[in-house]
Amino acid sequence: MTQHHRLETRELSAGYEKRVILEDVSLTIPAGKITAIVGGNASGKSTLLRTLARILQPKAGNVLLDGNSVHHMPSRKLAQVMGLLPQSPIAPEGITVADLVGRGRHPHQGVFSRWSREDDRAVFRALEATGTEELAERDLDTLSGGQRQRVWIAMALAQETDLLLLDEPTTFLDVAHQIEVLDLLVDLNTAQGTTIVMVLHDLNLAARYADHLIAVGGGGIRAEGAPQQVLTEELVQTVFGLSCRIVTDPVSHTPVMVPIGRHKAVEKHKDAAA
Amino acid sequence: MMRAERPHRFAGFAILLGLLVLTVGLSLTVGARAVPWDEVWAGLLGQIDSIGAAAVAVRVPRTALAVLAGGALGLAGAVMQGISRNPLADPGILGVNAGAALFVVIGIAWFDISGAQNFLWLGIAGAGLTAVFVYLVGATGQGGATPLKLTLAGTATSVAVSAFIIAVVLPRNDIAGSVQSWQVGGVGGARFDTLLPAVPFAVVGLLLSLASARVLNALALGEELATGLGQSVALGRLMAAAGAVVLCGTATALCGPIGFVGLVVPHLCRMIAGVDYKLVLPLSTLAGASMLGLSDVLGRVVARPNELDVGIVTAFVGAPFFIWTVRNNRMRGL
Repeated sequence: MTQHHRLETRELSAGYEKRVILEDVSLTIPAGKITAIVGGNASGKSTLLRTLARILQPKAGNVLLDGNSVHHMPSRKLAQVMGLLPQSPIAPEGITVADLVGRGRHPHQGVFSRWSREDDRAVFRALEATGTEELAERDLDTLSGGQRQRVWIAMALAQETDLLLLDEPTTFLDVAHQIEVLDLLVDLNTAQGTTIVMVLHDLNLAARYADHLIAVGGGGIRAEGAPQQVLTEELVQTVFGLSCRIVTDPVSHTPVMVPIGRHKAVEKHKDAAA
Repeated sequence: MMRAERPHRFAGFAILLGLLVLTVGLSLTVGARAVPWDEVWAGLLGQIDSIGAAAVAVRVPRTALAVLAGGALGLAGAVMQGISRNPLADPGILGVNAGAALFVVIGIAWFDISGAQNFLWLGIAGAGLTAVFVYLVGATGQGGATPLKLTLAGTATSVAVSAFIIAVVLPRNDIAGSVQSWQVGGVGGARFDTLLPAVPFAVVGLLLSLASARVLNALALGEELATGLGQSVALGRLMAAAGAVVLCGTATALCGPIGFVGLVVPHLCRMIAGVDYKLVLPLSTLAGASMLGLSDVLGRVVARPNELDVGIVTAFVGAPFFIWTVRNNRMRGL
């Protein structure tokens, strides 16, 4: 079973070059749970994830893992505890699935250490967990978008970390594959207790699949907590500037955001929007 | 279970090792003068009583130089393509060989420097400074050192440095001849007393470069993912680049700036072995040694009784390959 680690930010300010996008963010990622970061375009949700993953240096404040700054601890040691799947990862042309997934073992290998039985086992487990065993010898380029995303997740799984950060793991996937990927992450979370933090575009999928929502907007955290508490009509109005109704998902009993918009609404909702 | 069980990976090593042995054999026996086998053998043993045997004795250091420089350039090219994630990167295109040449030429023209050891240090210093310069120019502006910006910076630097070399040499009739033939790139004048001091440099460059295989494998997944995998991007690039720079500086100091070996060889090796740098790097070393050795043999044969410098031959072989690479859209990224 996975160890639980405490990932938190303290008075964190983050951004790019001279632009500060997030200011004074203090939050704690619940261990062993699935957290989804939501927000509008350029709201800073990716910035937050990338700073948590020590890709971006903070402008001020700290990101702490079990009390130690992730930006100051040895990168390889951190990579044995926390994995990252960027938004559009790149791979060399002609790489096979097995080779790519095997590269997830990087932090567990030394400069001259050879590929070990343990590496083999980790790769096999990752392929099995993502249902990609049959693709092992295939070229990544020949796979469909959904298969490819499963393989990337397998690579992150082969890293065998207790925490996994994913930047929009469902982008560019059709709805069936989005559900498939999110189900897979829930499998991982329930089977191994892996703490998952992901940026998601789709509010409704975020509300359905996450235990914990973080809504980012206006340079900070607008709300965080269980989806039922966070996803409200007021919050969608402040974060996205969009009038909406919140109804209950008949399948999962989680909140569902239904946008109102200027057209197509029957009269009753138009009044509400006005 | 699924790695390293591909038989053709080991077949690649066997084939390239065989090719290298064949290359050495040809390089010792083929030349402007056809030498019968007994005289080849005599020459190898150092008995230079006949003209044929004497010719062979000269070909021994020449062959050693071609193998050493070719291996260095092939390996350096593979490392540079890995660092820049650019299929067109090569010690010539990134300006590193030209930088090494500039330092050696300035050393000769302005400071009267001579001696194999001094040329080696000059070559490595020139290669290193040019690499740093190209990287800094390529890293300015948004997005940092992208493959495209590195290539543009390298190409521009290469052209500028080459022009500067001409400017340095032109007013100096006394050295123009010797510098010019060196500038083209040749292995014909090889002697063991200039070759031996280069061996330690080549070994250091070889070890640094081969040790960076797993770094390059991580960098191939992009900076973000490499960081996520615990690889320090800056440190990894620095180590790999240091290896390549030492190799380029050494090769250039020995036989002038030779292009295209570092470009062609890694591509061929990737076709054989795939994308794993743990295989591509050693294979590129073997293949680079063979390519330069065979190019030298070809240069001796095509213009009998004269010889073509090996740098001209590699350009003739490499330029069409370069064009093919650019046109072939399978090579769009590493």
